[in-house]
Amino acid sequence: MELIAFFVLALLLIASALVVITNRNPVTSAVALAFNLVAIAGLYMVLDAQFIGLLQVIVYAGAIMVLILFVIMLLNLREEARAHPVGTFQRILAPVTTLLFAIVIGRAVWLSAPSSFPEKTEGFGTAASLGKELFTRFYYPFEAISLLLIVAMIGAVLLAKRKVS
Amino acid sequence: MIDPRLVLVLSAVLLSLGVVGVLTRRGAISILMCVELMLNAGNLAFITFARINGGPEAQIFVFFVMTLAAAEAAAGLAIVIALFRLRGTTDVDEINLLKW
Repeated sequence: MELIAFFVLALLLIASALVVITNRNPVTSAVALAFNLVAIAGLYMVLDAQFIGLLQVIVYAGAIMVLILFVIMLLNLREEARAHPVGTFQRILAPVTTLLFAIVIGRAVWLSAPSSFPEKTEGFGTAASLGKELFTRFYYPFEAISLLLIVAMIGAVLLAKRKVS
Repeated sequence: MIDPRLVLVLSAVLLSLGVVGVLTRRGAISILMCVELMLNAGNLAFITFARINGGPEAQIFVFFVMTLAAAEAAAGLAIVIALFRLRGTTDVDEINLLKW
């Protein structure tokens, strides 16, 4: 059952990622990316990380995708310009070198990881267990990351603000 | 039960697809979306390792990476808007002021 879910989700993931990187229309790309993010959330659920899976749907598929779509619509972007097409080197060498890269890391993880998951530990992936860790052992990193969010927010407002002159 | 190695290989494939996207796309927003793809591939590997080791640490890392991705998207899109206002395009080949 889990295996079927995994293969269906993996197929959806790769197909939607291909649409993201090949489609010229940014809106189609963005919708495919949203699809990809939801499929990854499903994969997290299959891997028993329920809290992270829900967070993925809320933060990624919700907030970040709305932001990206909003900017695409705001800038009124259509198809990417065909004025100067991507060079041959870029178009052919990029996939080839990346394929080699994928083979190298794929082989590395294949040889180093165990072949089956151990039994699920008590309370794995629940909001309760993660929240407890977040507010005790990882308290200072948590505060630092909230500071980072505030800095990013102020920076975004300052950058995108229309200059008054 | 799923083989963890399959999930890790899937994450490697997703990362590579993101790299291809970053290398071949020219719209700034498309490149940002491909970076999101790569961050998600890393998150998937983190969750797999969390499930292998059974501890909460890797899931906390994923939490932090998600926050980072949100900050990156906000700042990156603000830069794209400022760029569009300045140059009227988001094509990264057009933006070569610092190239020479």
